Amino acid sequence: MANVPPANVPPANLLPADAAPVLAVGGLRKSFGTNEVLKGIDLKVGAGERIAILGSSGSGKSTFLRCINFMETPSAGRIALDGTPIGTAGRDGTLTARSGELRRLRTRVGMIFQQFNLFPHMTVLENVMEGPVTVKGLPKAEARAKAQDYLKRVGLADKADQYPQRLSGGQQQRVAIARALAMEPEILLFDEPTSSLDPELVGEVLDVILGLSKEGRTMLLVTHELGFAYHFATRVLFLHEGRIHEQGTPDEVLKNPREERTQAFLHRFSAFHF
Amino acid sequence: MNYSFQFGEILANGDLLLRGLKLTVLLFVLAFSGALMCSLFIGLARGSSRRLPNLIATAYIELFRNTPVLVQLIWFYYALPALSGWQPTAFTAAALGLFLNTSAYCAEIWRAGLQSLPAGQWEAGRAIGMSEWQLLRRVVVPQALARMVPAFTNRGVELAKMTSIASTITVQELMYEAKMLSTQTFLPLETFTVVAVIYFVLIYPGTLAAYALERRLNSKGA
Repeated sequence: MANVPPANVPPANLLPADAAPVLAVGGLRKSFGTNEVLKGIDLKVGAGERIAILGSSGSGKSTFLRCINFMETPSAGRIALDGTPIGTAGRDGTLTARSGELRRLRTRVGMIFQQFNLFPHMTVLENVMEGPVTVKGLPKAEARAKAQDYLKRVGLADKADQYPQRLSGGQQQRVAIARALAMEPEILLFDEPTSSLDPELVGEVLDVILGLSKEGRTMLLVTHELGFAYHFATRVLFLHEGRIHEQGTPDEVLKNPREERTQAFLHRFSAFHF
Repeated sequence: MNYSFQFGEILANGDLLLRGLKLTVLLFVLAFSGALMCSLFIGLARGSSRRLPNLIATAYIELFRNTPVLVQLIWFYYALPALSGWQPTAFTAAALGLFLNTSAYCAEIWRAGLQSLPAGQWEAGRAIGMSEWQLLRRVVVPQALARMVPAFTNRGVELAKMTSIASTITVQELMYEAKMLSTQTFLPLETFTVVAVIYFVLIYPGTLAAYALERRLNSKGA
């Protein structure tokens, strides 16, 4: 994405080294039946870090993201938010969280999906208001004002009364971002937010995400847009076969990858330069 | 054919039929409204991946779908008292039987309706912290409802006609009164023709209302 301006934000190494991580993942494993998708992932995320997660399909990057807010139940390991562990390990190591704990976790960790998943029976405004009103119990008037605010932030204030089906994919994804923001989460997870968009609609969504990065939000993003990852991230992870294979600053990982696998992965994306 | 219809005597006894009609409507309203609500939970259990609720719901549904409703009513009226010592009135037994029978069919409609919703809708609700109950109420049921209206309409029409079986366990609803009237007057053809018209006039507006509801639900967000 040559047209994406670099984010004007401090790189990862400016964060104090001893700052307590907002998110800490240790020894995270996830199996589906006999298929082990995540084979032990350790990650500490400082406040304000923006982490891009790369990897070929099947590397476990989406599964990893979905384990963080328990959309998938981790088979083993630890997840802590602001130092507080989420869930308790059962006899077989599976982390289970009670429903109240899950709801608190998810109001603090927002998620944006590849398929947007807007509620089709609600207007755009109602979609954004839904969480604050139903989950947080905010008065409707307050939630409406807030929702209009967030819609303005993603550039869709004029679409508030439309139903999602009338919107383009890019607009729908921006609404989904506003819906996540309305919960005022501390961490945002993006699961391939542009992968199901037509190429000409990718830019508007990436612009919105980049705008958010200027506010110092903690974000984790799974993506195939390498150029965007470069401008967006303070840290890049490369996942391979369920492990973090390589990580570092965007310059380190994307321009001078040390590992052979990473080099091969990046090479595939640049194979058709012209 | 030289038969000449004599509707006069039947219409003169119209108040008998109307009295029966009241019970028919009451049976229908009680059984259908109860079934629509309770079947959601049976349908949830039926679609659940948890073993025990699933087993119980499946057994219940199959039991009521695979036996004649006539037998079910007779069973509630005559066999249940022998087993439990509780003797329901004929009306209670009929209402209970029709309610449980209709719930079994409606549970399958709910299950199919709930499963027809893309998984992403459940995920989106969970991702903003909704409880399962909030998800059902705000996201799942409103969307599934539009798809389920035709199936529920069928069930309602079927139930409205099924109430006539209650006459066999002496509930004095429309069909019961009609049988009495036809034996008193020796005019079965006229009596049952009038009864058929009454059932049609009762049920058809309901069908029309259901079509209107379906259109309204489908137009939302389209």
